[in-house]
Amino acid sequence: MTDLKNFGDILETADNMNKKIYEICQLLESENTEKPVSEIRERVKDIIAAMKSAINAGLKSDEKSTSGMCGDDCAKLLKMYKDGKSLFGVLHQKILKYSFATIEQNARMGKIAACPTAGSCGIVPSVIIAVAEELNVNEEREVDALITAGLVGKIVSNKLALAGAVAGCQSECGVASAMAAAAIVELYNGTNEQIINAAALTLKNIMGLVCDPVAGLVEIPCVKRNAFLSIYAVVGAELALAGIKSIIPVDEIVDAMKQVGEMMSPKLKESSEAGLATTPTGLQITEELSKKWNNQ
Amino acid sequence: MEKAKTLFDVIGPVMVGPSSSHTAGAVRIGYLAGKIFGEKPDNVTFVLYNSFAKTGRGHGTDKGLLGGVLGYDVDNENIKISYQEAEKLGIGVNFEYREDYTRHPNSVDIILENKNIGKMEISGISVGAGEVAITKINGYKFNINGDYDTLVLIYKDKPGMIYRVTALLQGQNINIASMHCDRKAKGKQASMGICVDGSISEYIINELSKIEEVYLIRNIEVLKK
Repeated sequence: MTDLKNFGDILETADNMNKKIYEICQLLESENTEKPVSEIRERVKDIIAAMKSAINAGLKSDEKSTSGMCGDDCAKLLKMYKDGKSLFGVLHQKILKYSFATIEQNARMGKIAACPTAGSCGIVPSVIIAVAEELNVNEEREVDALITAGLVGKIVSNKLALAGAVAGCQSECGVASAMAAAAIVELYNGTNEQIINAAALTLKNIMGLVCDPVAGLVEIPCVKRNAFLSIYAVVGAELALAGIKSIIPVDEIVDAMKQVGEMMSPKLKESSEAGLATTPTGLQITEELSKKWNNQ
Repeated sequence: MEKAKTLFDVIGPVMVGPSSSHTAGAVRIGYLAGKIFGEKPDNVTFVLYNSFAKTGRGHGTDKGLLGGVLGYDVDNENIKISYQEAEKLGIGVNFEYREDYTRHPNSVDIILENKNIGKMEISGISVGAGEVAITKINGYKFNINGDYDTLVLIYKDKPGMIYRVTALLQGQNINIASMHCDRKAKGKQASMGICVDGSISEYIINELSKIEEVYLIRNIEVLKK
């Protein structure tokens, strides 16, 4: 089974064996690492526990990051929800809160679980934990969902390095959003094909996303982008569960992402030499921070 | 030597934020440097280059490197207060920030010293997604990335040294995954970095220390990932 390198192979094998995608993934992992499936699932549980701790810590804090650029936006959302105001229903509110809680915790040097990276750590956990709470499912189902998400990230990473410096933000927050979309479909007991379609539909629509962080820090636009792309995952899942399909097959989408990543200017790949980082305000912030730190 | 991809490359690690390359990577470089030095330093100086120098303070790269030298893993919440913890331990800490574009964008030289060992200079790079490498120890080239238990040796350059070390490993039925040697000049000092499958026993370390003119022996265990 170790030769399963793309989504097409995974889907075919899972359907032939009459198994869910997460089952194939944990078998693969077991084969590759020579560890029992139970041990792999225990390790996933530890990561879920860390995700929940990060959410809980983040919900309680409004401490600013070292740069002072972020850290109190989750508190603003919580206040609005407490006042009974929102455009969203409970599930979407929860996803948004959990996403801000996690990524702000990351910015203030709190403990988080990278998924797939630290800069995109607010997407997969917020979606899985919020949906699992709303569906009132047990921990084993959260594990199934996170393994499903992991499989999506792993297969994409066979072709595309999951690093803003290599392929832009499409390969970090973008891939996280596709991972989360797949996880939601698993939690709603969608089919394997729907899981893959959720990932495909999401990936198609984050293609080309650049990595242009102000002052090189994981804050602007990363913090709010995590929140946006968490909700985005719900769209991918909703469409897939309705039976809407991506006309372009997912493996071809990943190839296209790789091509786009290669064509993307290095100035838009985490080097902060273009985009938001070099807007007048972006440059002003960069200069102020540089002065502040040189004086320390 | 690339390791096979696992699920846990994508979900995890559990770490202190905000950046896998600039925070978690920094912790791992500091940690490996601390293990290579092998004792509590009295003073440690970090020279950060390029992206590490430019964005390091906003990413807590400084706190991460220092926390690593203090022996912290990437998920230790004391990383945030590593300056205070170092002060409690009486360790002098100094940071310098430089530009040198002949160096890797995320690189650091760590100079550790105490009365017993003297001074050691260890260079490292953070290559992305929390992956790191120690590239130099006291001017000798190494490639230590924490994926394997690694034997680090600095010794007098003379015929037969590699044989003696590898024969000792073979005698203990230890398989060598990769090996890297370097020297500054013929007959002076040389270095060996040997990655092994499994682990290096205390017996091996004892036997190595019996070989004359071996100046440094360290067993750097695989990193928790």
